[in-house]
Amino acid sequence: METKTSILDVELIRSEFPILSRKVNGQPLVYLDNGATSQKPLSVISAISKYYTYQNSNIHRGIHTLSQEATTAYEEARTTVQQFINAEHTHEVIFTSGTTGSINLIASVFGKKHLKEGDEIIISTMEHHSNIVPWQMICEEKGAILKVVPINDKGEFLMSEYENLLSDKTKLVAITHVSNTLGTINPAKEIIAKAHQKGALVLIDGAQAVPHTKVDVQELDCDFYAFSGHKMFGPTGVGILYGKEDLLNNLPPYQGGGDMIKTVTFEKTTYNELPHKFEAGTPNIVGGIGLAAAIDYINKIGIDKIEAYEHELLTYATEQIKQVEGVQIIGEAEKKASVLSFVVEGTHPTDIGTIIDKLGIAIRTGHHCTEPLMNRFNIPGTARATFSFYNTFNEVDIFINALKRAIKMLL
Amino acid sequence: MTIQESQEEIVEEFALFDEWMDKYEHIIELGKDLPIIKEQHKTEENLIKGCQSRVWLYAEMKGENIIYTANSDAIITKGIIALMIRVFSNHTPKEIAQSDLFFIDQIGLKEHLSPTRSNGLVSMVKQIKMYSIAFQAKA
Ligand SMILES: Cc1ncc(COP(=O)(O)O)c(C=O)c1O
Repeated sequence: METKTSILDVELIRSEFPILSRKVNGQPLVYLDNGATSQKPLSVISAISKYYTYQNSNIHRGIHTLSQEATTAYEEARTTVQQFINAEHTHEVIFTSGTTGSINLIASVFGKKHLKEGDEIIISTMEHHSNIVPWQMICEEKGAILKVVPINDKGEFLMSEYENLLSDKTKLVAITHVSNTLGTINPAKEIIAKAHQKGALVLIDGAQAVPHTKVDVQELDCDFYAFSGHKMFGPTGVGILYGKEDLLNNLPPYQGGGDMIKTVTFEKTTYNELPHKFEAGTPNIVGGIGLAAAIDYINKIGIDKIEAYEHELLTYATEQIKQVEGVQIIGEAEKKASVLSFVVEGTHPTDIGTIIDKLGIAIRTGHHCTEPLMNRFNIPGTARATFSFYNTFNEVDIFINALKRAIKMLL
Repeated sequence: MTIQESQEEIVEEFALFDEWMDKYEHIIELGKDLPIIKEQHKTEENLIKGCQSRVWLYAEMKGENIIYTANSDAIITKGIIALMIRVFSNHTPKEIAQSDLFFIDQIGLKEHLSPTRSNGLVSMVKQIKMYSIAFQAKA
């Protein structure tokens, strides 16, 4: 075991995540499935509980005190998100159900307004199904064409291939900031700038970036940015769509219903302003409030420290796993977030996952909702450990030992 | 041996293991003896696609009885399939259709048959039964 790093007080942090002290199959839980979803600190859990205990009320439509309090809390949450990603305006922050919800929203309304036959949308080989299927659906509907930027064997985005694909026909580029399967951190800023030169808009799938690194949407100059609350220590069922004000203003609404309207008559309905235009119906109020609590928590720890610590963890885990015979790491990009995907010669990932689960270790196995990427590497799936700032070097050791034990059993 | 008896035999066999490790080692061993599906039957049609691992299952009549062959790309899944085939294969369609599957629960492998596992085993059990009903209808 390595000496404790001084970047973070991980023991203190761990004490704030109640689930981390439970046992699984009689063993202390080692949770290395943070890419799928992260655990929640007490402050988030109590914000949710406090909301239902003291504040619960519908928002934007009550004159009574409770409703006004709930509305204020929800709108303050929006401001917290705005500051976190450094959006210029609060109303550029749209609450959605998650990354998937955000991408579907843009695919649908952007497609409806701007796509026509022969237009092109560019994605990459390493996209999550959530950033493939909505584009396929709208392309099919509109007769537009989906183009895919290839990657190299290390799992890196091929900039020159991208440049070749970009043309006057390109209407939108949708690329992941960080790959959930490979850990690759994509050069988002450069990708965005190149698209803008061709007059195309860019959506960045930030689901795996926001929990690990500082995201500044103005600095990136992205047009749309999507992420999920549950992967960043917040609750499930809530996510964010960031969009530039003028772009959002020029897009038609998505779903119709309450909250998104100004006036309704049977002859004509006028739509509400941003952000409400895109938030039909009673939203996930407690989700927004819980997400803001998660952001407060991240800010308290410091995203830079989180990134630095996770980088150390990943480096250590990578060194250790390389010494295990038969292991091949999938995803060896120069710039990587804390994702360690691998296959073991002669074994199936699910067998590895099943056995180490018996030892209390939670990892994910399978295609990670990136089937085209698995096809690119010609494998059925990987075993994937994803680290968060509450994981320890000791847990890496436990994981590596369990992996060795599993391999011994299986071969 | 009847379907009931084979299941009881397996339950007794597994009662010997106190440790999950031993149990899984045994399952892995069993997987190696699985009556493997012939290459020509490893078709898309006989593939049961789970999110995690894939299972192929084929059934044919030999005299009065159904003979099952199968395969999977995951070894633990393969071991569990081997147990199922030991129980169900070489019985008449009627016997199979009327049988209850209880040994998986009793040897503590219930979690592998939970739909959330998505390893194709749940669908495989259904498929074993479907074959028996189909062959019964044909008879
Ligand atoms: C890169 C990436 N994009 C999109 C998603 C979808 O996120 P959600 O299921 O929260 O909508 C995920 C989650 O697995 C992801 O990792």
